[in-house]
Amino acid sequence: MTVHFKQDKPEQSNRLDGMKQGVLGKGVSRLEGLAKVTGTAPYAAEYPVEGCAEGVLVTSTITRGEVVGLDKDAVLAMPGVLAVIDDSRLTTRPAQGTANEAPKQGPKTISYWGQPIALVVAETFEQARDAAKHLTVKYREEEGAPVDPQAVETEEKDGTVRQGDLAHAMAEAAHSVDVTFTTRGHASAAMEPHAAIAEWDGDKLTVHASLQMLNYNISELADALGVEEDDVRLISRFVGGGFGSKLGISEEVVAAAIAAKDLARPVRVVMSRQQVFQCIMRRSETTQRLRLAADEDGKLTGFGHHAVVSNLPGEVFAEPVLQSSHFLYSGENRELMLEVARIHRMTAGSVRAPGEAVGMPALEGAMDVLAEKVGIDPVELRLKNIPEQDPEEGLPFSSNKLAECLKQGAEAFGWDSGPRKPRQHQDGEWWVGTGMASAARAHSISEARAKVTLKSDGTALVETDMTDIGTGTYTILAQIAGEMLGLEPNKVLVELGDTRHPRGSGSGGSWGAASTGSAVYVACKAIREDLAARVGVEETALELSQGKTSAGKSLIDLLGGEDIAREGHYEPGDIKDDYTAAGFGAFFAQVRVNRYTGETRVDRMLGAFGFGRVLNHKTARSQCLGGITWSIGVALTEALEFDPRDGHLVNCDLAEYHVPVNRDVPELDVLMVEERDAAASPIQAKGIGELGMCGGAAAIANAIYNASGARIFDYPMTPDHVLKAMPD
Amino acid sequence: MSDTISINGTQHSLPDDPRRSLLDFVRQDLGLTGTKKGCDHGQCGACTVIVNGIRINSCLTLAVMHDGDEVTTIEGLGTPEAPSELQKAFVAHDGFQCGYCTPGQICSATAMLQEIANNWPSDASESLEGEMNVTGEEIRERMSGNLCRCGAYANIVAAIRDVAEESA
Amino acid sequence: MRPFSYTKARVIEDARQITADESAMAIAGGTNLLDLMKLQVETPHKLADINRIGFDEIKKTADGGLSIGALATNTATAVHPRVRSDYPVLARAILSGATQQLRNKATNGGNLCQRTRCFYFTNIDQPCNKREPGSGCGAIDGIAKLHAVLGASDQCIATYPGDMAVALSALDAQVHIATAGGSERTVPVRDFHCLPGDTPWRDNVLEDGEIITAITLPAPVGGTQIYRKVRERSSYAFALVSIAAIVEMKDGLFSRADLAFGGLAHKPWHDLRIAEALIGQPPTAQTFDKAADILLEIARGYGENDFKIPLARRTLHAVLEHAAEEAA
Ligand SMILES: Cc1cc2nc3c(=O)[nH]c(=O)nc-3n(C[C@H](O)[C@H](O)[C@H](O)COP(=O)(O)OP(=O)(O)OC[C@H]3O[C@@H](n4cnc5c(N)ncnc54)[C@H](O)[C@@H]3O)c2cc1C
Ligand code: SF4
Ligand code: FES
Ligand code: FES
Repeated sequence: MTVHFKQDKPEQSNRLDGMKQGVLGKGVSRLEGLAKVTGTAPYAAEYPVEGCAEGVLVTSTITRGEVVGLDKDAVLAMPGVLAVIDDSRLTTRPAQGTANEAPKQGPKTISYWGQPIALVVAETFEQARDAAKHLTVKYREEEGAPVDPQAVETEEKDGTVRQGDLAHAMAEAAHSVDVTFTTRGHASAAMEPHAAIAEWDGDKLTVHASLQMLNYNISELADALGVEEDDVRLISRFVGGGFGSKLGISEEVVAAAIAAKDLARPVRVVMSRQQVFQCIMRRSETTQRLRLAADEDGKLTGFGHHAVVSNLPGEVFAEPVLQSSHFLYSGENRELMLEVARIHRMTAGSVRAPGEAVGMPALEGAMDVLAEKVGIDPVELRLKNIPEQDPEEGLPFSSNKLAECLKQGAEAFGWDSGPRKPRQHQDGEWWVGTGMASAARAHSISEARAKVTLKSDGTALVETDMTDIGTGTYTILAQIAGEMLGLEPNKVLVELGDTRHPRGSGSGGSWGAASTGSAVYVACKAIREDLAARVGVEETALELSQGKTSAGKSLIDLLGGEDIAREGHYEPGDIKDDYTAAGFGAFFAQVRVNRYTGETRVDRMLGAFGFGRVLNHKTARSQCLGGITWSIGVALTEALEFDPRDGHLVNCDLAEYHVPVNRDVPELDVLMVEERDAAASPIQAKGIGELGMCGGAAAIANAIYNASGARIFDYPMTPDHVLKAMPD
Repeated sequence: MSDTISINGTQHSLPDDPRRSLLDFVRQDLGLTGTKKGCDHGQCGACTVIVNGIRINSCLTLAVMHDGDEVTTIEGLGTPEAPSELQKAFVAHDGFQCGYCTPGQICSATAMLQEIANNWPSDASESLEGEMNVTGEEIRERMSGNLCRCGAYANIVAAIRDVAEESA
Repeated sequence: MRPFSYTKARVIEDARQITADESAMAIAGGTNLLDLMKLQVETPHKLADINRIGFDEIKKTADGGLSIGALATNTATAVHPRVRSDYPVLARAILSGATQQLRNKATNGGNLCQRTRCFYFTNIDQPCNKREPGSGCGAIDGIAKLHAVLGASDQCIATYPGDMAVALSALDAQVHIATAGGSERTVPVRDFHCLPGDTPWRDNVLEDGEIITAITLPAPVGGTQIYRKVRERSSYAFALVSIAAIVEMKDGLFSRADLAFGGLAHKPWHDLRIAEALIGQPPTAQTFDKAADILLEIARGYGENDFKIPLARRTLHAVLEHAAEEAA
């Protein structure tokens, strides 16, 4: 039985707080934890499949043009080689998040260097890898493909805002800032490479893959193959990180499925690390001009944010740099514009916190410049400019904890308030200083279904095709169901990542917990109604804990040998249009900058965040820690390098694309400013997976300035950038 | 010399294809998939195993080079029923998220604590000689060969410290 | 990886014989060779596993120095009591390189022979004169952040990426080589690596069939020993610039200043004139600048790596200032 709930009004009844189990929000250790730490949790490529052949993708060595010939015979003659596949259904880019249809297909047409063009399948991995390198490809090259975003005309994206007269406000302002920041491309670099094992049973296809959103991926795969969705089963029980790179189906999934059909045997395709870098997603580089106009006291009168990003021709996705800029600060005269340059570099798409991950570091860097000009404490400047309501849409905020985060964060960090001067502290060769920034991330929520079964033995089962990509879904869904049904989380079995289950929300845009959690909540509420009827009370009066009612009657007795199963179907309703919803927070960092070499090390960092209800204190904190760690990468180390001539991604491995290592990350503090966001979701939670990196890089950048006097406008702040800006 | 290799105490014969990395040998041929492949080029540490007591990246070594060696993989350190102290501490401190780097982290940490006990210095050691201590900075440096993209480092360090202090 | 035949060498003669064949290679730790074989940058038909031929000892030499086996691991070398006490610059250099897992496997011989990290060299679908003579150099006019500012040529601007050899150069260590013909020759580390010139494919002076057997260090040199590595992460990244320094002061003046530089060229850079310029001088900014002027006299950037020139100068200041303080 399906129970549908569409949220049109704020959820003020606070039902979850009235439950008696008392397990929601607690720092319960991950239920799948032991499986992960003992290496017994299977990831996509690790399912034992009898007679599995191994496929390796072949990628293009030109930027734009046509494949006019493949010397298949030579490769087929190599030891163990079973097939060379260049089926026109092969996909040549990953699907963008929530695409719900096949991405670009047709491996003969090439639009970026490193694009997949064929799959070589052999008995063993070593044979396939060698053979793939040997495939001779004849191209008809279309020279002169633009690869430099600076060198092409740009297209304006929808959503430009022009309000009042920014130019005038800038001219009249007591203090104004007009600065341009750049950020470089980023890679998700999830630790598990993209992988798939495909197996057909007649017309029925089963694929073990590493994907974030099976609810969309199933349609994307079916569409790519030209088969019915009902004939496809996707399984992703454990996903070794996604960060946007596994939102849509990627090339190896379709290739494995086609090969397995052709060969009538299972085929595994695992991308090499270099391929993951070169043919999945990049976060676009950005160039961002920030214009801030303020009165004598620092109150914003004008706000301008103009960003240029890039993508391949034909891709709809454009890094949504301005997302939080639209509502974070006041300023009646506004101009916000996003433009896209069409170039032939690999696909640009979602990488953790698309938009704010790079928009906020630029905005918050500009705010620091403004605070200095006005001569006030940067925390004070932010506090002064928190709008009462969305300054563009005029909508109320569903909740906004920015002020609390700024104040509590400053206090916990030991922020030295007042106007600031650079180069005040030296420790040997190092300049030491502090910086801060606000955090903001627009809240998204999505439709989701989950089935909950309260079993006659007094345990519960939760089933949805939602994934756990490290976010803690297994555990929080068990906590929600446990809280509602009066069970310890270990009495709740959660089954995820299988399209046989009802469609969840998928893990993306930080919406997974709030959306799928709400579906579980809706299902549990319906089960509670059934139980309440059996007890003879109103559902609202039913108190359950430790498998018993408050009167001491056990669930097992109440169930009398029956299971109660309900499918919860949650849909965000009109409420979406009534509020501006976002997570807010603040970052504080202390860094040291070497006065000789420009090397920067983060000494300590704190993030204070308000993101609605905390579902699990431990996993929520981990999400925040992860976000802050990424902030360090954005600030100091991460940059994709593209060849200026053919546009290929040059530093396509983990030795040269520098994700932060353990030693880059000091002790971190996380402060969760608890709140209930009644309009964000029925369970009053918002997303947290991305908020932790939306602005953190600016806290570090601002601290670099405070420490050393080097004001840098180009992220990441590697020694070369620091030295260039360092005053003597 | 023998042409077998011991994995978690069980003898196995070496693969025919000399190209087989130790990593692919344990994952593919033996089905011990707890050891992960994150890069296949010695750049991430997900494939860390312990060979004759020493941690190495199993992706950058050939299985055939290990005749007579004793290899311990994550499966040899503990099981869900009987996890090792580090495995328990990783769960308690949430020293992971997606879990993909985790077996490598734990194998690495297991051998790392022994390296400190042996008083091997690191890049973070003030002095190259004398007793080495299990400080945060030492752990961070010594664990820097194990990338964690989920960003669980702070909790990984806490988990390792916990175990080191317990056994101290 | 191309198919190859694999032989376990039992004695050095086996290794020499196998590797005398142009298409054969020796494999030690494998941490560089297998990396490149997977990418098909290296495509040997035969591999001679030299891990069991001995030459892994670290022992005292007749003149009180130290002989370090080519097949001793980087870790065994860095943790050796005598290396730690008498040659700290070497221990520090090794510990600053790669990761513990890699150092546990990497051998000293392999470390000397490790190939450049140039992105175009490791990508066989890009031009590279080192990998494929005559195909062009992808890095010139490409992405060249890691590349050389000293001793490059219009054929190749790659750097030698290692750390250990920089310390060995400051220590004036000797490389012992068993030749294909069965004799032995010795080459100073300072002459071991080759600058690209017109032969960019040639990394070092080894000929086919030659095996490094040991590296010898002179009798303990004392002094203040420093290895300073500037990198983009706080650990586990190749050097942008590195400096190995052995410094002594007498009456407030430099009395010894053996310096070698990493990250700047396709060899650890060593210039005798730098020591000459420093000895007898006080540790002042002018002195440091004079040393840097000599070092960087012929330096030339290729755009992206221009920063290495000021960075080298500043790092030299830092190292000399620090060393002078410690040595005083
Ligand atoms: C991700 C990563 C990061 C790294 N970071 C650093 C770093 O920061 N600093 C640094 O210095 N190094 C670094 N390295 C390089 C590492 O130190 C080398 O890979 C290692 O030292 C090579 O030693 P090996 O024994 O494994 O060599 P192998 O891979 O076995 O051999 C390398 C080459 O040397 C030849 N060879 C080996 N032994 C001999 C011998 N005795 N005689 C003649 N020829 C021989 C081989 O034929 C081969 O051509 C890094 C490596 C990786 C993979
Ligand atoms: S710099 Fe040298 S190694 Fe790099 S591409 Fe040019 S020739 Fe090849
Ligand atoms: S898989 Fe071996 S280090 Fe990454
Ligand atoms: S837990 Fe995901 S990479 Fe470490």
